[in-house]
Amino acid sequence: MNSIDYIRPTTVDEAVSLLAKYKEKARVLAGGTDLIVQMRGGRYQLDAVIDGKHIEELNQLTYSKENGLVIGAAVPCHKIYGDENIASAYPGIMDSATLIGGIQIQGRASLGGNLMNAAPSADAIPALIAHNAVANIVGANGTRSVPVEDICSGPGRTTLDTGEILVSISVPAPSKGFGARYIRFIPRNEMDIAVAGAGVSVQLKNGKIEAARVALSSVAPTPLFVENAGNSLVGKEPSDENIQAAANLAKEAATPITDMRGTVEFRKHLCEVLTRRALHTAVERAREEN
Amino acid sequence: MTTTYEPNKVLSNKEFKVVGTRPVRPDGADKVTGRAQYGADLQLTGLLYGKTLRSPHAHANIKSIDFKKALALEGVKAVVSAKDFPETKDTANYGLGDSPMNYFRGNILADKKVLYKGQAIAAVAASSVHVAEAALSLIDVKYEVLDAVLTAPEGMAKDAPILHDDLFTKEFEKQTKVNSNIAEHFQHKMGDIDEGFAGADVIVERTFDTATVHQGYIEPHNVTALWNDDDRIHVWTSTQGAFTVRAAVSEALAVPVSKIKVTPMEIGGGFGGKINVYEDPAAALLSKKAGHKPVKMVMTRAEVFEGTGPTPGSHMTVKMGATNEGKIVAAQANLAMEAGAYPGSPVGAGAMCVFTAYDIANVTIDGYDVVVNKPKTAAYRAPGAPNAAFAAEQVIDEIAEKLNIDPLELRLQNAAKEGTRRADGPIHPRIGCVEVLEAMKEHHHYQSPLTPAKNGGKVGRGVGIGFWFNIGMQSACNISVNNDGTVNLVEGSTDIGGSRASIAMHAAEVLGISYEDVKPQVADTDSVGYTAITGGSRTTFATGWAAYEAANDVKAQLIDRAATIWGVDPDSVEMEEGVLRSKTDTELNMSFKDLSAQLNDTGGPIVGRGAVDPSGIGGSFCGQIVDVEVDPETGKTDILRFTVVQDAGKAIHPSYVEGQMQGGSVQGIGWALNEEYYYSEDGRMNNPTFLDYRMPTSLDLPMIDTVIVEVANPGHPYGVRGVGEANIVSPQAAVANAIKSAVGARMEKMPMNPAAIMEQLWS
Repeated sequence: MNSIDYIRPTTVDEAVSLLAKYKEKARVLAGGTDLIVQMRGGRYQLDAVIDGKHIEELNQLTYSKENGLVIGAAVPCHKIYGDENIASAYPGIMDSATLIGGIQIQGRASLGGNLMNAAPSADAIPALIAHNAVANIVGANGTRSVPVEDICSGPGRTTLDTGEILVSISVPAPSKGFGARYIRFIPRNEMDIAVAGAGVSVQLKNGKIEAARVALSSVAPTPLFVENAGNSLVGKEPSDENIQAAANLAKEAATPITDMRGTVEFRKHLCEVLTRRALHTAVERAREEN
Repeated sequence: MTTTYEPNKVLSNKEFKVVGTRPVRPDGADKVTGRAQYGADLQLTGLLYGKTLRSPHAHANIKSIDFKKALALEGVKAVVSAKDFPETKDTANYGLGDSPMNYFRGNILADKKVLYKGQAIAAVAASSVHVAEAALSLIDVKYEVLDAVLTAPEGMAKDAPILHDDLFTKEFEKQTKVNSNIAEHFQHKMGDIDEGFAGADVIVERTFDTATVHQGYIEPHNVTALWNDDDRIHVWTSTQGAFTVRAAVSEALAVPVSKIKVTPMEIGGGFGGKINVYEDPAAALLSKKAGHKPVKMVMTRAEVFEGTGPTPGSHMTVKMGATNEGKIVAAQANLAMEAGAYPGSPVGAGAMCVFTAYDIANVTIDGYDVVVNKPKTAAYRAPGAPNAAFAAEQVIDEIAEKLNIDPLELRLQNAAKEGTRRADGPIHPRIGCVEVLEAMKEHHHYQSPLTPAKNGGKVGRGVGIGFWFNIGMQSACNISVNNDGTVNLVEGSTDIGGSRASIAMHAAEVLGISYEDVKPQVADTDSVGYTAITGGSRTTFATGWAAYEAANDVKAQLIDRAATIWGVDPDSVEMEEGVLRSKTDTELNMSFKDLSAQLNDTGGPIVGRGAVDPSGIGGSFCGQIVDVEVDPETGKTDILRFTVVQDAGKAIHPSYVEGQMQGGSVQGIGWALNEEYYYSEDGRMNNPTFLDYRMPTSLDLPMIDTVIVEVANPGHPYGVRGVGEANIVSPQAAVANAIKSAVGARMEKMPMNPAAIMEQLWS
């Protein structure tokens, strides 16, 4: 039985110096909906928990059509979906923010925390990838920005160096004709972990797909960006056949395991179904934007 | 003077004053305000905290246990293991039959061998839970890991690893000398099965497998034990039977029952799983070794899943034959159920229920009780019957389909009635099987078109009917008259479904007073006569009957007292609707309230007693109509509409009967669709959390519509049949039949989760 320091820095610099001091014996706390559960389950033997909720930059939530969206790493889901402008501009992110946990969890859980937890089943990460989001990271050596698809390196592991902290996530402002969607498959109707999930986006121009992105959850060691599935749609019409072809590429890219949530065969099959269904909805949403 | 009752008098066609109404439950206010005391709420002076060390292996020999480092940790007060059990006799009996002492104790603290992951090996008492947990990690156990056996077919295989070198198969009630994992093979036979099938025009045979599932009660097991300096033991716990705990602690520790007092705390769900005793004896031993300090132990959810009894996985083949006219002429079942680590699966009960809804001339049922490297199974609501019905009710459905007969019509055509013989021997007394099936057929759900799909999937409808025999057993009750015209009712059945209310209603009805004037309480084992478990759907039937007797005893004494006051013959006095009056002199009358105020001046207090072991048990039938929607691309099943119809004999408190019907339905739906112990190859449960052990949430369920049928049980004064269990028997089969109707997949495996449905559709 050992005691843990709980520290509440108010600036990013202070947090960075604390992380430098405790190194891998510290974790940053945002909503705590993963971290506290994991600590109780004995996943970490920590010396310090560094609460990021009192740092201004981690609490920022700004949006403009010019500069896009900046979500502080500790901003809870309910604040994001509670903002009507953000909700209508970022449909894929809204899908994720409204289905993580239940309402009580959404009052605490943050997208930044979901990203840093780096679970293969993370519901926010495929949508962030679909929306071209970038993670803003600060460490002793300064600031860097990394596309979200390059953050996770394995189950529970990220490409952040020891001593670095995620400050915010920047998401570009969608153009006209943009649509996105995140759906997941769970055996129940709520309060569950994705057996598989698909986050997609399309950019339509003159009836054709100018750009598309597809990312999957729960079917690989990390949330999986399937670049070729999105690219296969570029320059094409959003027809059933073209969408089916992209869905098939998603299925091919998936490398799931068999576990208590599903078998390899079932999960690969779901990647096709979910990608197809998500692309159809994203196209509908893109058309509504026109 | 005690009153007598006429045991076969059926009153349920009579109008009642209290019975059949829906008053507020006596424990309601405390529960909704958080004041009700559950085991985990208990705080005693000098309290220590216990934790259990559990096996990480499914099957292993224990080579050695070293406590040195754990005992050296500051705050550790005591450790116990199987070595702390005193010498005692060879068999244990805590009220539910004999079992070998080494098996009984082995499931409390394992000695020499562990037989499932999560089996208790040792326990620690310390100044805090955290110190106790840290101490567990300092106990050094050396194991020799053995191959594990995880299903009944694996356990029955010729070259299977053997769990017990002292277990010899009992074959057709004879003890053999064959050492195997098959604890018992029995057979029920009626008619000539070969002749039966020879006369069938259509025969369906299928093999089914079901997974291990847990009761999933929200409150984990808990116990606080104090081994006093004068060697009296006090146990506070969450249990379905305070006297069962007393007997089990007595047997395990070789302490007389008179030295043990068990106080049952409020209980947060049991469903059969809180009959067996787990940490209670260890907590008492820890208390003694720690210097007679109280020790509290509360399980985690993972401990509940891995260390307490689920209901078994099973492997079953059912074959049935019928004529073209729809007469079922032969039925055969081969049921193998997992006992878990020690003998005692509910296969016997499964065999009693598998074809019981039907009148079939030629029946053979074989049952196998097989030990495997999983937690020892415990009771779970109609144990064994849902497994059996999952098989039989699907085979019947397929016969109906092949004969193109409505599935309820086929069931009605073959339904068991009074006088029908069960393959396991008994002849049905008056039962409500036909009445339940008729109520289902006439229900507007069955008369309506299929519920439309919500999400563009395929819809289908299924039905099923199930039986549970129910039990009687011993109950006791005391009633004391208060001088303000109310009574205190003391009974011994721990209340898991509103039984305090239904028991109090028996007394109020007899005395002709209002329900609110009866104050029921569940007492500790020092304060009331022996009362068997709250289980087997017996509580309202048997303890209600004890209250009926006690109230009649009070009534007789009140009549005597009034007669004494009036100076008349007691035979000339009667008591109706709470008023005592002379049958001959209209001037002589007095309310119960007025008499109660005079008791202390006219001869002293009045206390009534009731003690019963009733035999007139009435079995219950329960059927379901279910509409489902299945997404043919993902296999996801939604329950769109669900109707449950059950014969309650007489619903004493209809709301709590409906609660039982809805609860059993919901547990059946969870079992049908998603619940399972998901095992790794080496016998570890991979999903011991409510996240991945998927019980349905309120978002997964429609409102469950209920219909109570009342075919009075002639064996109970008010006609009561137990209603706690029959309702979980066939929802699984009804859901399976609905899935078949929706997407054409006949499901031979449970759970019928999305992956399983897709596999069936792809095959």
